Amino acid sequence: MTYSGERILLSSQREGQVSRFQKWVFLAVPLAAILFQVYVPMFFPVLSFLEMPLLVVVYFAIMRRSQIAGLTVGALVGLAQDSLSKNPLGMFGIVNTLVGYFAASVGVRLDVEHGLIRLLLGFFFYLFHQFLYWVMSQALLGQQMTFDWARTAMLAALNAVVGVALFHLLDKLKERT
Amino acid sequence: MESLLNRYRNITVLLLVIMAQLVLLAVSAKNDQDVRFIRIWTVTAVTPVARIIDGLRGGGSGFLHNYILLHDTNQENQRLRSELDRMKMENVFLKNELNTADRAKALQVFQQHTPSRTVAATIIATGAGSSSKVVFVDRGTVSGVQRGMAVVTPDGIVGKVIAAYPTASQVLLITDPDFAAGVVTQKSQVHGTLKGQGTPQCKVDYVAFEEKVEPGEWVYTSGDDRIFPRGFPVGIIKAVRPGQPFKEILVEPSGLQRGLVEDVLILIEGVHQPIPDTPPGMQPIYIAAPPPGSDSTPATAAPSATGTEADRLRAQYQALGEEQKHTYGDNPPGTKPADFTRLGTSGAGVPVGYPLGPAGKNPATPAPPAPSNAEAGRNPPPAPGSLPVVRPAEAAKSGTGGTGPAPVPLKTATPPNAEPGKNSPAAPGSPPATRPAAPAKSGTGGAGPAPDKNAAPPAGTPGVHPPDAARRLNPPAGTPPGGQLR
Repeated sequence: MTYSGERILLSSQREGQVSRFQKWVFLAVPLAAILFQVYVPMFFPVLSFLEMPLLVVVYFAIMRRSQIAGLTVGALVGLAQDSLSKNPLGMFGIVNTLVGYFAASVGVRLDVEHGLIRLLLGFFFYLFHQFLYWVMSQALLGQQMTFDWARTAMLAALNAVVGVALFHLLDKLKERT
Repeated sequence: MESLLNRYRNITVLLLVIMAQLVLLAVSAKNDQDVRFIRIWTVTAVTPVARIIDGLRGGGSGFLHNYILLHDTNQENQRLRSELDRMKMENVFLKNELNTADRAKALQVFQQHTPSRTVAATIIATGAGSSSKVVFVDRGTVSGVQRGMAVVTPDGIVGKVIAAYPTASQVLLITDPDFAAGVVTQKSQVHGTLKGQGTPQCKVDYVAFEEKVEPGEWVYTSGDDRIFPRGFPVGIIKAVRPGQPFKEILVEPSGLQRGLVEDVLILIEGVHQPIPDTPPGMQPIYIAAPPPGSDSTPATAAPSATGTEADRLRAQYQALGEEQKHTYGDNPPGTKPADFTRLGTSGAGVPVGYPLGPAGKNPATPAPPAPSNAEAGRNPPPAPGSLPVVRPAEAAKSGTGGTGPAPVPLKTATPPNAEPGKNSPAAPGSPPATRPAAPAKSGTGGAGPAPDKNAAPPAGTPGVHPPDAARRLNPPAGTPPGGQLR
């Protein structure tokens, strides 16, 4: 199986390469992302726009190319995020589960090693994450919230940029085959 | 099945994980009313289903009962119809029973009020002839009935006994062509002879053409025939036609105006009565006892100063009794009664008329205070509702000459609460102090005077009697309010 940096779409799933990581990576990276989400904004409020757990879920989902693995990572990260927030348990869990599932589904069809793909995936799933969270808040909890599309798009772009860099760093943790 | 799960394994896992987290979310989260979302969602999810199921159940049950299970509807309908018919029959029966009870009560009241000695009888059969107006009653010689006795009702005369058998009697009705009786008109005191015609109306013969008789005038028995005592209502004149030498007068008998009644009274011993001044519009009325628990004042309650005319009369008699130290109803036989002639002169009040005396006592002795017309003219007119005065002139005029008994205008008085046979014999024509059984049962009888029995209530004021009286009786038209003739 050859990898072409110029191709974005894969002709079949067999063209995609499943990345493998050390087990501690599946534990340490999400934990670090959650800790970053919890502590960094306390000292650097400007970085509160970063959704590090989401980016980690997207990364592992698209890199593992497995929907079950993606939704599992998303569920665990989301529940951990819920546990550390004021939200009821399950809000971030459901959203991240769906993000992990769909990211893995998209990752099967796309060349996730491509920078542009990663940028677009980061942007899209951030929007999806925020929109889904808003919908669930409206539908399940009855909370009246407004959805600011412009601000959300801008933050999505910033997270996508950060996500491209993050994904590049996380690529260093892949096992060499 | 296994291949199906393998094929959709990813989506299945996704749904399970989402479902698990939803449950977790529902359990952990509460709304603003502190109710967990799992309860809200469960109720929200279950109640519509329950409503649908209940609607289906109700609709199905209604459809089942209203459209499917109608096999016994016809039977039930027939049962209800038969029950309705039975209830209608029962209703008619009860109405008849009530009507009969009312008539019997009215007859009893009349029997108690009339001075004549009577025996109640029931019409048990009619005559065989189609044209004859004859009936049979269930009283005969065993009961003291004899041929020639008068048969009356509270409404008027009915006929006379033409044959008395041991257990039954034959009564010739007033409408029979062979019937005849002496009558007198109320206003002009014109005498005549009532004859039956075989029709519902009778005629009055032997009224001279120059006599003044008007339609609408009441006709009473004159006592000339020695069968019917004077003063019983006969009927009302319906038509007066001029004729030579006698007028042709048609009378509608009042005793048969309601058809052939069932219960009648046979006058065993008739007593003449004066012709009343007013038409016999106020017949004895039977008023049922008030329902239990109704707000009624006991009869023993002292009448207030603003009470009825009867209350005023009662107060007068009480004052007179106290003045003469006479206790009504508490004296042995033979005790001299109170001097009621001082009623008008005592401080008790204005004269209220002439009380009635016992029947058969000194029939030829006129009562001392019997006023002449001049005296009556000097006296103030009686108050409305007070006892009317018997005019000696009228009595003399209607005295039937030598054929009838001599008029006895007045007798000794009977106090309002005097009980017959206890204090003094009851005056014929005066209502007995002891009330019928029904008032006694209601706790109204005997305790105090019953002035309403002696005082004719003013016309149009039937409710002036004490409200406690369960059965209020108006004096019958034929009963002389002021005295009677024997």
